[in-house]
Amino acid sequence: MSCKEYDTLIHGYLDGELDLLNTLRVEAHLPECVSCARTHESHRALRSAMSSGKLHFKPPNDLAKRIHLTLHQANKAEGRASPSVWEAPKPMPRRIWWPWMSIAATAVLVAMVAWRLGSVGSRPSPDDLLAQEVLASHVRSLMANHLADVPSSDQHTVKPWFDGKLDFSPPVKDLSGDGFPLVGGRLDYLEHRPVAALVYQRRKHFINLFIWPSAEDSKQKTEMRQGYNLFHWTQSGMTYWAMSDLNWTELQEFVRLVQGHDGRTP
Amino acid sequence: MAEPNTLKHFEAALLPHLAAAYNLARWLTRNDHDAEDLVQEAYLRAFNSFDGFHGGDGRGWILAIVRNTCYSWLQKRRNQELAEVFDEEVHTAEDHSGSPEAVLLQSADAQLLRDALERLPVEFREILVLRELEGMSYREIADLAGIPVGTVMSRLARGRERLQRQLTQVVKREP
Repeated sequence: MSCKEYDTLIHGYLDGELDLLNTLRVEAHLPECVSCARTHESHRALRSAMSSGKLHFKPPNDLAKRIHLTLHQANKAEGRASPSVWEAPKPMPRRIWWPWMSIAATAVLVAMVAWRLGSVGSRPSPDDLLAQEVLASHVRSLMANHLADVPSSDQHTVKPWFDGKLDFSPPVKDLSGDGFPLVGGRLDYLEHRPVAALVYQRRKHFINLFIWPSAEDSKQKTEMRQGYNLFHWTQSGMTYWAMSDLNWTELQEFVRLVQGHDGRTP
Repeated sequence: MAEPNTLKHFEAALLPHLAAAYNLARWLTRNDHDAEDLVQEAYLRAFNSFDGFHGGDGRGWILAIVRNTCYSWLQKRRNQELAEVFDEEVHTAEDHSGSPEAVLLQSADAQLLRDALERLPVEFREILVLRELEGMSYREIADLAGIPVGTVMSRLARGRERLQRQLTQVVKREP
């Protein structure tokens, strides 16, 4: 194979998209060819520069709201509305943005929209409303890039962090040995009260575990809601909600570990 | 008339992808105002054909619609970009002198990188944006753009080479 062919293969190699045979070919070729090794190195550097996140354009704060209004109009007009019906407000001037604020604002809007829409139509049960609220918190935490107030994989860092911020002490477990490393903790707000949100991770999936004291009877339920799996249970005077886009089986495994059904003492 | 729940489901499934949708539109149009309008139009189009969406990859679905909307816009404006793609062979001279600049690239100003990427012809630009900024796989990009996986890889290769050349030129000019 000539170097010319490696010009393209190197990219598949960098992106982890080659089959085994071609991966081995590239890996055998690179140490032997100074020129291709240099090409590989410079493209690797370019990749890391590009994926730093600095090249993302953030949508303006009000775009989600404007889309919501447009869709609402279209819905009312029995799908006959066209975008020209709707007059766009002046766009935000270029180069003025507050990245985090704008994402957070979008997320809050989405959450508000989800919340508001969740409450129209047939009267949902309180549990249903709460599930919707939990979902909104989960989505918001992912979108606003605000997973953790205290990013740490150490349970002995995360647990004390909640002291003084909550009127209860949430149980924080180290599940890294079971493939669910702790990402951190966050203060969230659900059911009109501050709650603990613990964030765990499995591969690229984040799990939000919301915990707060509850006088409810012990109960347990699971459902799928808008593509997210959700487990809810009460245990030792605490109510727990676990939510993730992780598949049901693995999330159930996570829940069993949190519940202490793994054969070890919690 | 759409079911009352449809709007709710639609927004829950697709608004979380608004950032990716806007980012793609902004890179394709290269200006804020049109990107906003086209994203809005794309969401409306998507909503009107939501019946055809059976769950699954919501991001891929909305991005494909954003892409189509932007391409129609580009064509309507007789944008020169689509034509530029075909002169790529002119610029594909061999150049393996990238390495000394590799270090510079890593610290390259985000603005330099942004400008260089904006100057790429749209067909390379979009593949790079989908791959590097949205982290999509070759298969996902191929499905979205309606091209073979092999073409995704070769466009990425040529796109990155062009970007390297532009950047090294800039870096050489600016000590």
